[in-house]
Amino acid sequence: MGKKNTENKTAGAARYSAVFIGLFAALFALLIWNINTGSVDISIPDIAKIIFTGKGDETQVGIVWQLRMPRIIAAAVLGGGLALSGFLMQTFFGNPIAGPFVLGISSGSKLFVALTMIVALRFVPFVSSWMMIAAAFVGALIAMGFVLLAARSIKQMSMLLVAGIMISYICSAITEFLITFAQDADIVNLHTWAQGSFSGIKWADVKIFSAVIAACLAAVFLMSKPISAYQMGESYAQSMGVNVKCFRVLLILMSSLIAGCVTAFAGPISFVGIAVPHLIKLLLRTAKPIVVIPASFLGGAVFCLLCDYIARVAFSPVELSISTVTALFGAPVVIVMLIRRHGMRV
Amino acid sequence: MNEYYFRTSDLAVGYNGQTLIRDIEIKVKRGEILTLIGPNGSGKSTILKSITKHLAVINGDSFIADASVGAMTYKQLSRQLAVVLTERIKGELLTCYDVVAAGRYPYTNALGLLSEEDKKKVHSALERVHASELAEKDFAAISDGQRQRILLARAICQEPEIIVLDEPTSYLDIRHKLELLSILRSMAKENGIAVILSLHEIDLAQKISDKIMCVKGEVIEHFGTPDEIFKEDIIRELYDLQSGSFNIAFGSVELPAPSGTPDIFVIAGGGTGIDTFRRLQKENRPFYAGILYKNDIDSQVARALAAEVVEEEPFMPIGDAAFDRAMKLMEKCSRVICTNPPAGGCAGRLSELTQAARAAGKLE
Repeated sequence: MGKKNTENKTAGAARYSAVFIGLFAALFALLIWNINTGSVDISIPDIAKIIFTGKGDETQVGIVWQLRMPRIIAAAVLGGGLALSGFLMQTFFGNPIAGPFVLGISSGSKLFVALTMIVALRFVPFVSSWMMIAAAFVGALIAMGFVLLAARSIKQMSMLLVAGIMISYICSAITEFLITFAQDADIVNLHTWAQGSFSGIKWADVKIFSAVIAACLAAVFLMSKPISAYQMGESYAQSMGVNVKCFRVLLILMSSLIAGCVTAFAGPISFVGIAVPHLIKLLLRTAKPIVVIPASFLGGAVFCLLCDYIARVAFSPVELSISTVTALFGAPVVIVMLIRRHGMRV
Repeated sequence: MNEYYFRTSDLAVGYNGQTLIRDIEIKVKRGEILTLIGPNGSGKSTILKSITKHLAVINGDSFIADASVGAMTYKQLSRQLAVVLTERIKGELLTCYDVVAAGRYPYTNALGLLSEEDKKKVHSALERVHASELAEKDFAAISDGQRQRILLARAICQEPEIIVLDEPTSYLDIRHKLELLSILRSMAKENGIAVILSLHEIDLAQKISDKIMCVKGEVIEHFGTPDEIFKEDIIRELYDLQSGSFNIAFGSVELPAPSGTPDIFVIAGGGTGIDTFRRLQKENRPFYAGILYKNDIDSQVARALAAEVVEEEPFMPIGDAAFDRAMKLMEKCSRVICTNPPAGGCAGRLSELTQAARAAGKLE
């Protein structure tokens, strides 16, 4: 018996290692692939030279450093953040179909960022990244508040999603309305952003969101112990010594902060938050937060790098919105999950 | 220190500020089992949830070794008190081992990683509930009986001084009920753990508990040892038994006696009559029974089911009073059933009774 146990534990550890190695390999491959691809052809030796020495053809240096690199980092970091935020929301609602996009959290952020920009640009020449994050965070929290309000009266999980989607539509409608009538050159650019995109990210942005997301990732990882208790249900978590009330607040704040931060820079991006944690759990065959949290982050990075690659390249020079691509891959995963859940119990 | 390890003082419980039950005074020593019994919806779970801090109390407090539970943090409480709830454990892809290991939560490091010591404790908890072979099974795919054992192992793993269980035997078959309760019993006695649980099976409650609390109405009327509580009238009142009866000696229930004027007399004794009594009850035929010694096992059942039982004092020869009464009742009946009781020695006059019935052509 004891021997079998050890064997199983070793099998689990081997599986975890394999998944992590696979994810890192995929991440690395996609990073290179993404840098190497674009409307301007740059050879790999040239790119290596540009990255490691910073020298080369001036236009090419500009393309690699100012366009491709920030965008790639954004796709990786923000994608990882989305998956993380999705995982937290799934934990909070005890529902694998919860996520920042379907619950309308991303759209709430979007609305507040748009609103802030339109209002703020009348008074100041530009809106700082911090202000964007703050606005997105507030928007996320307000949308989350509505979802929680709905969750209190609606016990059925599928109905909760319907409520989230409705909130999402309302926020998007208001955002589009604002953008349409804003008639400001700066705000016209908002349109691309409002559809979700990793383009136009600057190094200054990269520094800020990387710091925020890295801090959140570390914090969430340190929360993996109470998260594992919370996965068993509130009552059991409490009996294990978790202060459930505080923990719930913390979960909401963290997931909203991450979702808000992502939305502030890349707009609302669909389905990453649901599909990635689900796929990661399938691969790992466990829901233990201590492995699922880092793996989901990596998975989100890989997923978004791949989707961004497709968005850029598929119909080049026309660029697709990132949500178009993530939905194409993510939505089927969600549908399969819904069907399987429905099959198990209503 | 107070001699009671766990006690409540002036406790009032309920929901949304509305008091459901007040003045609850629970007192449990180490190694004792306290069982809450009472009808559905009487508030057993409410009391248990209030003790475990899952529900805010309306008034009063609980004390573990004189430390106020209300003032404890959840973390402090988790090292003292473990629970087995009626609520299902959520979570995906959990093995039974994972569920039991969750009991180590209050003792593991900041990331929740299990030390070798923790792992040993998980295994010994699994052994304790005879579930080692379930360790790697998917928790969602095991039977109810297995699930309750795993949940108990989880609670054991938490190394509590008190375990609170809310209806742990629901949905279990009789074998698993006995198994679970005997594990609880040995844990209480061997490890000096105080056990507080609620049960629907009053027969089992009577047998495993050191203290019984009857939960019904706004105040607790009965709290005491099983022999103080298990009185026919207390149980009858507790569960509002209008018909049927509860047998104190066996802790078993009997359905109500058939009504109407009996036409059948059953000559029984020494346990030979029980089947006949129950059969007549099912056929809804009222009957008389006799002549039974008051200590006879037949007598216990006949008292619940027969219209009248002719009884005699234990170990005495059957006297004239009982014999005449039996003859008189037999005359009123058109049928007599003899279950062939042992009719020698002091019970010799049972044969006389049988012969009289045969002579009258009533014997079947």
